[in-house]
Amino acid sequence: MSKNVNINVHHLTRVEGHGNIVVNVTDGTVEKCEWQVPEAPRFFEAMVRGRHYSEVARITSRICGICSVGHTLASLKASEKALGIKVSHQTDRLRRILKHAENYDSHVLHVYFLIAPDLLGAPSVFPLVPTHGDVVKRALRMKRLGHEWGACLGGRTTHPTRPVVGGFASLPGGARTVREAEAHLRELKDKLLAVVPDAVETYKLLCELAGNIPAFERPTEFVGLVDELEYGLYDGAIGCLLPDGSLEMVDVQDYRTVTNEYVTDQSTAKFAKHKLDSYMVGALARLNINHARLHPEARKLADGLGFKPICCNPYMNSVAQFIEAVHCVYMAVEYIDELLTVGLKDEKPVAPSSYGRGAGAADVPRGILFHEYAYDSDGMCEMGNCIIPTNQNHANIQCDFDKMVQEMLAQDLTEKQMELRLEMLVRGYDPCISCSTHYLDVTFRK
Amino acid sequence: MAKLKCAWFDFACCEGCQVELTNYGEPFVQLLEHLEPVEFREVMSEKTTGPIDVAFIEGSFTREADRRRLEEIRARAKVVVAYGSCATSGGINALKNHMDDYAGEVYGADKDRPHLNSAKALPVSAAIKVDYEVRGCPMDRDELLRIVQQVVHGTAKVYVPSYPVCVECKRRETVCRYDDGEYCLGPIARAGCGAPCPADGIPCEACRGLAEQPNQEAMVKVLVDNGKLPQQRAENLSRMFTANFRGDA
Repeated sequence: MSKNVNINVHHLTRVEGHGNIVVNVTDGTVEKCEWQVPEAPRFFEAMVRGRHYSEVARITSRICGICSVGHTLASLKASEKALGIKVSHQTDRLRRILKHAENYDSHVLHVYFLIAPDLLGAPSVFPLVPTHGDVVKRALRMKRLGHEWGACLGGRTTHPTRPVVGGFASLPGGARTVREAEAHLRELKDKLLAVVPDAVETYKLLCELAGNIPAFERPTEFVGLVDELEYGLYDGAIGCLLPDGSLEMVDVQDYRTVTNEYVTDQSTAKFAKHKLDSYMVGALARLNINHARLHPEARKLADGLGFKPICCNPYMNSVAQFIEAVHCVYMAVEYIDELLTVGLKDEKPVAPSSYGRGAGAADVPRGILFHEYAYDSDGMCEMGNCIIPTNQNHANIQCDFDKMVQEMLAQDLTEKQMELRLEMLVRGYDPCISCSTHYLDVTFRK
Repeated sequence: MAKLKCAWFDFACCEGCQVELTNYGEPFVQLLEHLEPVEFREVMSEKTTGPIDVAFIEGSFTREADRRRLEEIRARAKVVVAYGSCATSGGINALKNHMDDYAGEVYGADKDRPHLNSAKALPVSAAIKVDYEVRGCPMDRDELLRIVQQVVHGTAKVYVPSYPVCVECKRRETVCRYDDGEYCLGPIARAGCGAPCPADGIPCEACRGLAEQPNQEAMVKVLVDNGKLPQQRAENLSRMFTANFRGDA
């Protein structure tokens, strides 16, 4: 077969941050096939040095506006580990509800605003306003719920105010009394249950569109949190699932033995690898690892959508996100019930008992996120390290590209079809590039 | 009336202010009766090279290489709105402006690679003329809406307060953090946000910049004497969001 392909997507649209896709094929031979990242570096790890522990999470929250709740929580957990703090049961539960709000919120945004246009054959959500007005309104309604849900716990969803080292600075809803705060939680529970009809409509839409999801499989390693209490999102150990089904558990304090960041000449971003050439993090990885821990209501939808672990089609990440969003709604309702049964208390944040070094993880919408800090005896930060989900996915995207381009050449797809497939693949990963803190330089051949 | 052609652009930032746009809920559809989004990379594949009525710019100007892109946007746009702290003041990105070793701290031996050449983080207005600013980290989406309304209707400039955040704490009856033995930057911080942070139990960190004629020296003294902060911490406190407005910037 003799074929020439020249794909050069500069600043891919409908992803967070800046990425390029470059594929050059001459006479059927792949000369270049790259996922490139030219994002402006922002140096957060340098910026936290010399800052007090109480300020660090509010600084690193600003790494990403979409997963700022997750950055806040991973940061707080790392600081709490470093400062010898054990938070209360109530704090744990409130943070879980907040964490679930973020995953729901981000997944709704991604599935409806960034992915649905591909599946409906539109360049963005805006042309869908006249043709699919009810879908757009539902999307905005569901997104708004995510915001109100997170804001009830965190104060706001973009850079939350209330979660602080040791607990929460104020009660849910900003209430001045526990009674008032409980009323806010009750109101939130009603709102959560009211979203179910919209979730069912979304499920039907996904079932209709499932046929448009490209068929592509590449077995890889999946990495995500494994939590004894539930589907791993807020807490747990690092679970590393291989295609043969074997699951290795690693303590969060040893996260560097999993992430193994390394430099490659073909990319601006640092890559990560563990047991195989690359690994995947995010909703699909989590669902593969935690399928058995799904809330029964979410499990029903997963079955209905034909999801079976271990699923090795990265395009299914969006389906996994939706299943997870539903899980988050039901789990939040359960946690609210638990808190209301026990009764809220007005607790002060727990103070540090020692000063040292510690790491924390949270599984944020785009995958497992690590923060690590060291503090001096005055509580001032001496060192920070943040390893972002998207950075961990870059190598996996590249490996998918390599396999897919060969398959697409064999299928004799046109250049336009190939370009769209590659764009959809990257979008499927829901990359959060401005988030990615570790970049290196490469000169691009035009 | 023809819809206003609007485009959104981002530079060094977290894109959180864009996310705030999705938090309006269903009423956002009404906004689309007045605005026609023509370019918005994060949510649209459509692109345009033609003239635009309103350009919304998020993020800091951190690389000389970005100056041309900003100038091109300015040349095409009738109105430029810078939104969020990064775009209006340099925001959190400017927290590294007083350091000279940040690249080495993050990238080690690779620090001198040209791609990592990030200069001081500056507001968009350091490169091009900006017509409206929406301050805050994140920006206040209602304030953005007021500016959009004004551009749509062509009325007088939107009033945004320049007095300190303390005024807003008093107005909403938040107990002063200093009365509780805590510290706060409220006395020199620019209001307009409604003072949510002290009400939520955390200090104001002046994400909207400084109030008119801030007495920065007196603030440091208050942080030490009343807030019980060590001298160095007190001196460094306002770097977080207002590094470019400080006396030593």
